[in-house]
Amino acid sequence: MINSVGLQNPGIDKVISEELPKLKKCFNKPVIANISGFSIDEYTYCCERIDKEEQVGIIEVNISCPNVHNGGMAFGTDPKAAAEVTKAVKKVTTKPVYIKLSPNVTDIVSIAKACEAEGADGISLINTLMGMRIDKMRRRPVVANKMGGFSGSAIFPVALRMVYQVYEAVKIPIIGMGGVSKVEDVFEMMLAGATAVQVGAANLVDPYACKTMVEELPKVMEKYKVNNLKDIIGGAH
Amino acid sequence: MKTGIYTVTENKPLTKGVYRMVLEGDTSHITASGQFVNIKLEGRFLRRPISVYDYSESAVTIIYKVVGDGTEQMSNMPVGTKLDVMTGLGNGYDLSKSGDKPLLIGGGVGVPPMYNLCKRLIAEGKKPTMIMGFNTKDEIFCLEEFSALCPTVVTTVDGSFGIKGFVTDAMKDIDYTYYYTCGPEPMLKAINAAAAAQGQLSFEERMGCGFGACMGCSCKTKYGNKRICKDGPVLESEEVIW
Repeated sequence: MINSVGLQNPGIDKVISEELPKLKKCFNKPVIANISGFSIDEYTYCCERIDKEEQVGIIEVNISCPNVHNGGMAFGTDPKAAAEVTKAVKKVTTKPVYIKLSPNVTDIVSIAKACEAEGADGISLINTLMGMRIDKMRRRPVVANKMGGFSGSAIFPVALRMVYQVYEAVKIPIIGMGGVSKVEDVFEMMLAGATAVQVGAANLVDPYACKTMVEELPKVMEKYKVNNLKDIIGGAH
Repeated sequence: MKTGIYTVTENKPLTKGVYRMVLEGDTSHITASGQFVNIKLEGRFLRRPISVYDYSESAVTIIYKVVGDGTEQMSNMPVGTKLDVMTGLGNGYDLSKSGDKPLLIGGGVGVPPMYNLCKRLIAEGKKPTMIMGFNTKDEIFCLEEFSALCPTVVTTVDGSFGIKGFVTDAMKDIDYTYYYTCGPEPMLKAINAAAAAQGQLSFEERMGCGFGACMGCSCKTKYGNKRICKDGPVLESEEVIW
């Protein structure tokens, strides 16, 4: 899938006043709040606000959105900028901070290490890859923004590779994501080094994708003779 | 909204490139005319959203045009094919505002959603009139079906059948209390500008999920952002920002 949705959201005030209470009605466990901004000040402002919310367990700082002009990904493609954001956000928060990185870089490891050095509590890998398609009849890009974020099962090998590389270089936990569509992918992602796994695009095809994967986990654990999922984190190294 | 497995019991061309497919299965989650289904195709990542032409207790009929690889794949499906289909998507048309003489306007593959709507309006004692617009005579489909329900006017851009011109050329001579339409956006815009009454317009859009999660089909309206798939595809004429 290629999207150019960007970061459509009602803003930090409404997330706190409306979205979090709505979520609480159907989900009791702590949630991960994904935060993005156009400047370091915006990142720190939003993180400081969301940090006070009891419902939020982890803050995931998105420095990798390819669709937002002048921002987002710019912070995630340079180790120094990534470190700066991490440092600034860590100063104003008490909750664990995970930095979500972009795969549109030549050296993902150096960026992950820069974040770890500034106190990141974990790394989320990966955001979408830049991609595009052209409508052959109209001879124009299919996506209005010309290019967009490429996701879905096709990017799984790229995501897996980056999780594998970063796992070797950092000590903090990794949340693996990128094309995870079935329970076998969850298992593989954990073998590469992910402590937890996120699912995005697959939910758009099947809204019950996550539920199905969770329910099928015991079967796969049995298949690969695993008693405790913790035992397989980084098991391929 | 409900996902289920449906069986193709009919899949035949109506014109060059336009097909009618009947899908047998649970239709209990379809709640309004103008809703759509979202079909998973083997080897394709995202589902294909297609409007509903008509439905019964045990089957839903869609009419679709081959516009890309996915719909091409659908056109080659033999009877008996099992498909993973999500039904009951979108808001659909609100019948309560129709008045006594609603005007239904469909352009090209915007014609199909008018059929079930037309049947429902008649069942409520309304007297609808249908306008169907096509480019040329060879593209016309479902004329007999609509003619059997209500007065039906055809327009063709090249004048090869019916009134020469656009659907708006046919609107002038019809007395109506409200309108319902579906078709390409330039047509919707022209109808809105030409209409003598308020109405409801169903928008075509590329969709990621079809059930309101991905925000890929959001548009601005006078009442804030709306998702074509979930808050639409039907919008009221007074809220649309052109």
